Formats: sequence, C-alpha cells, structure tokens
Amino acid sequence: MKITVKLFATLRPYLGEGASGTPVSVEIPPGATIGQLAELLKLPPGEVKICFVNGKICDLNHVLADGDEVGIFPPIGGG
Amino acid sequence: MFFVRVNMNDRTYQVTETPPEYRHLAGRGLTSTLVANEVPPLCHPLGPNNKLVFAAGFLSGTSAPTSARISVGAKSPLTGGIKEANAGTSWAADLAAMNIQALIIEGQPKEKGAYWGITITWEGKPKVEFFESTQYTGKVLPDVYPAMYEKYGDKISVCGVGMAAEHGYGNSGVVFNDMHKRPTRYAGRGGMGAVMASKGLKFIVLNRMGAPGMPIVDKALFEEGRKKMIDALRTHAITKPKGALNTYGTAVLINIMNEAGGLPTRNFSSGRFEGAPRIAGEAIFETNKKRKGEEIYNHACSPGCIIQCSNTIFDEKGDEITSCLEYESDWSLGADCGIDNLDDVAQLNALCNAYGLDTIETGTTIAVAMEAGVIPFGDSKGAINLVHEMGKGTPIGRILGAGAATTGRVYGVTRVPVVKGQAMPAYEPRAVKGIGITYATTTMGADHTAGYTIAPEILGVMGKQDPLSPEGKAALSRAFQATTAFIDSSGHCLFIAFAILDIASGYQGMIDEVNGVLGTSWTADDILKQGAEILKAERRFNEAAGIGKEADRMPEFMKTEPLPPHNNVFDVPDAALDSVFAEL
Ligand code: SF4
Repeated sequence: MKITVKLFATLRPYLGEGASGTPVSVEIPPGATIGQLAELLKLPPGEVKICFVNGKICDLNHVLADGDEVGIFPPIGGG
Repeated sequence: MFFVRVNMNDRTYQVTETPPEYRHLAGRGLTSTLVANEVPPLCHPLGPNNKLVFAAGFLSGTSAPTSARISVGAKSPLTGGIKEANAGTSWAADLAAMNIQALIIEGQPKEKGAYWGITITWEGKPKVEFFESTQYTGKVLPDVYPAMYEKYGDKISVCGVGMAAEHGYGNSGVVFNDMHKRPTRYAGRGGMGAVMASKGLKFIVLNRMGAPGMPIVDKALFEEGRKKMIDALRTHAITKPKGALNTYGTAVLINIMNEAGGLPTRNFSSGRFEGAPRIAGEAIFETNKKRKGEEIYNHACSPGCIIQCSNTIFDEKGDEITSCLEYESDWSLGADCGIDNLDDVAQLNALCNAYGLDTIETGTTIAVAMEAGVIPFGDSKGAINLVHEMGKGTPIGRILGAGAATTGRVYGVTRVPVVKGQAMPAYEPRAVKGIGITYATTTMGADHTAGYTIAPEILGVMGKQDPLSPEGKAALSRAFQATTAFIDSSGHCLFIAFAILDIASGYQGMIDEVNGVLGTSWTADDILKQGAEILKAERRFNEAAGIGKEADRMPEFMKTEPLPPHNNVFDVPDAALDSVFAEL
C-alpha cells in the first residue's frame, strides 16, 4: 500500500534531496507500523522522536493505513 | 546587594542595602513582588505612580551556563495588569556584577517630550549619572544605539526604548544589546517600553568596570550544580551543540506545529499554513547555507550561553537582514499574516527591532487588520508599510500600535485572539489545549512562556500528552506555571527547561547553583512553593486592578468556531480554568 511520508530537520536526507517536509510517496507492506516504516527508511532509532499520522501524534506501534500522511521529527524544541 | 532607586521627578537617586524581606528574591520573583507591594494597582500605567523594575536572576553574573536573563516588571499599559518580560543580554550580567539586585525607576519629569539617559558605574557602590537624551528620540534604534558606545566605550551594556515606546504604545518593548552591540534583545511583551519612555528615560548604560562581581556563598555547591547543568545542556538532543536549537533556531517549531494542525494561520482561522516549509527553521538554515556558501550554526544572545539558539538571516548578497528571527516572530509576521516570503518576514522583524515593537503583538495586530480588509492576507509589502506607519506614529499606526485588541475594536473584528488584552503567541489553543489554559489563566495575558505545556503536548519532553484532549491539562498548566515562575527568577533562559525537565540531575543542578549562590538549602518542593508564591502575588495585584477570574477566559470565537484541520473548538470548561489558581 501507498502512504505519504514527510521527514523533518535532521531526518530530511533519509528521503533523498527534497526540502525538509516535502511529501514523498512510499510503498509499504499492508499492516506495517510506524516503527517498521522507520526501519525501512533506515532512520537512526534515537533520532525518531515525534510521529504524526494525519496530523495526530502516534507512537511507533501505530498501524498505518493506505493513504496515510506520516510526518516524523527528531527531538526538537524552541519557543 | 543593593537597591538602586532612580527618581525621574527631579533626576536624583538613592542606593540602599537590599531590605531583608527581598534578600532571597531575584528576576521575576523580585520584579513582581516589588510591583505588587509598591505600585497602586489602579494607577495609570503611563502615569507617575507606576514603577519600572529591573532585576537580574539569582545566577546572572555568575559562571552558570545560559544565565544572563534580565526581568523587567511594571503595571502593563497593554493588559492593565502586572507584567514581567525578560531578555537574555550582557546587561543582566553587568547589573548583577555591580551587585544591583533591583533597579527601580520611579516618578515622571514635568518637562513633556524631554528625555534623559542614565549611566551606572561602580565607585565602591553603584553610582548613577544623568545625561540629556532628547536628541536621540524620533529615530530608529540602529541609528542611535552606536552613539552610546561612542560616548561610553566598548565595555558597556545598553538598555533603551524605541519610537514605539515614545509614542506610548501598548505594543512597545524594552531593548537590550546582544553580543554584537545590536539593539535586538527585547523584553518585548506588554508595553514595558512605553512605561520606561513615560518616565522620560531613553537609555540605561551600565559600565561594570571595577565592580566586585556576584558574591557566591557556597562555591563548592555552586560548582557542583553548574557541572550538572552543563552536562544536561550538553547531552540533551534539543540543547546540545549542533542540536536542534543550535542548528535550526527556535523556528524549527514551524513545521512541527503545522504538522500538528496547531500553527495559527491567517488570524487564527486555520491550524495549517501551506507556506510553512518556506519560513521554517530548516528553510532558514538552507537559505543561509546557499547564500553564504557554508553551514551557519546559531550564536549566543548573551555571555555564557552554551545552547546558542540565535540565528542571523542573510540576503541574496550575503548581507545581514536581521538577527535574530525567533519562532514567535517568524510565525506572527509570517504564517499568521499568510506571508511566506522569508526575506520579507526577516525585514518585518528588522523593522520591529528598529522601532522598538514587540514582534508577537505586531504580527497578530497586522493579521487582525488583514481580517478587517485594511490589506489582504499575504500582502508582505503592505505589512512592511503598516509597520512603518506604526513607527512614524500616523493615526493608523497609532491604532495598530495600541495592539491587536484595540485594532479589533476599532475595525469591528470579532475574531481577535487575545486574553487580557494581550495577543496570543504561536500555538493554537483549539489544537493544543494545555497551552490554551496557560494563555487564559496566566497573570500576564496570553503568554506561552508562562507555562509551556507544549513540551509534553507536542515535543515529547517530560512525557507525552495528547494535545487535543483537555483532560488533566489544568493541573499540567498549573505545575508548569509555578516551575516557570522560579526558572524566570533563576536567571537561566527558559530553554534550559528542555534539558532539565528530561534530565533529573540537571534540575537538581539548577537548585544547587541557586543554593550555592545564596547559601540556602532549598529543595525541589521549596522552589515550587516559591514559584506559587510569585504567581499569587501577581494574582493579588491583578485582582486589585480589576482583573479577576472572569478575565481568565478565551475569546468567544475559540469556543464556537471549529479550527481546521482537526475541527476542534476550545472545550476546556470554565471550572477547569478556575481550578488553576483556586488549587495553587
Ligand atoms: S538559549 Fe537562545 S535565547 Fe536562551 S540565552 Fe541562549 S541564545 Fe539566548
């Protein structure tokens, strides 16, 4: 199944050369979790901090559905 | 330590030992307690009975990392309530080095339109001298700041106010120098600039030469605490060198708030801005890299900061447009106005700094004016023009300079994102409920720093909480507000919280540092209690000024207009809002 993935800040290079947050279509096996997606993209485990699915914060064992929009952030802060 | 009282009625001053009851107060704790004790709550904020109080934190002027914060307090002309705004600057360290625990500006000169500056130097104790400053008024800050360095040398720190303050705007900050003598570090919120200008005071120049430095009672304990704090800041992913703050600056939050559907856009009508990636911290980093031909990491705003989150924005030719463009400013002048041109956002920021305007209040006010049809959303050149009107003090400029609430009233706008007259910062309360509780209940008017529940609600710092749920958020906001009141007194920049809320030894480090300086033996419980006492003093002042719990409410549209993309309203019951202070 196909989902859309956006990687931000220091994670950006793991999806090729697009700008931070550029949506990229990714093919994943049905029933895959965010954690499995992160492995598939070879994201360094310590760098995966906050994950959004369709704008809602989800944890790594959240099961993805066809057409989901996923956003993944490393640890960030500001104010 | 000393209290220095400057009387602007007759340009005299008085230096006394710190009274015993104030000995263990600093920063916000000291400014708020002094204002609550000495300022008549019903006085006019720009009249002779208001007082402007400066106090550095407990640790300012010591070698504790990231600790050069200065608090500025008074009755606010924007909210009508008590105000504390703070900034990071060498000025804080210098005030502390001269052992000035509080600098209190009182009275008002009879001469209308006349301005003075003061210099404070060390001659066995602090010495104040006055100088004529009327000639520096009516000009932008970058044109007059250098005159102070020419006159008084390189070793000084400078505090001042801009044209916005001279016009008496509720939107006007007090500015301090950064490490490169730029007038850019603002105690921005709530009109503290206008209070200073109302006293005929344009500049406060500090020269610490010969001063004894901050006394430390228990040096070993202080050192121990300092090491723990440094370890926490150096290891936490957010605060470490080349970590998120050092690389992307605070504007790294643009994308995550957008993703969360909580980036207020076009005057709080949506939680998503399609132009977000173009103004985000990552875009700033990449744009600078392209224009300067190298990766540019951020710098410190003040001496001794090891987080170093302050960025610089460069134009096509590689020349500086502005420093620093914070998340809040980037958002208010960008997303909230529907503007996605980074160079124009940077220029708007530079203009706010030049005129002495608070960037948050300015962006949100222009967005309200856009809603009213004064200019269209996204019109960055029109926005630049409006900021010039504010600086010049034209009739429309004065309306805007009075803030978002006044502008909404003048133009008959119903969607006006303010609490207690102060505009909301860059987090949508309908998408992040805890921060909405902070906006509603803090004594300051809508203010994110007062209780930054974004940490657990969005950033996964100190656990994780669902941002869309109101459950348990009153308690969360209360705990954050009390802790923050203490951190705002410590002298540390609030950004240390990212590290010390996750790393317990870092939190203990802060307590050890303060105990080391004062010779006290406060525990974690004690500092929470002190934080609560500060909040209660502020609250008492506000109630006496006519700002009670009825003012702890969200604007109506947030309870009735669902916010895309999550289509939530602000659904925190009034009883929960009231419980924040009732159960403090
Ligand atoms: S973390 Fe940033 S804002 Fe805080 S003191 Fe350091 S440079 Fe200044």
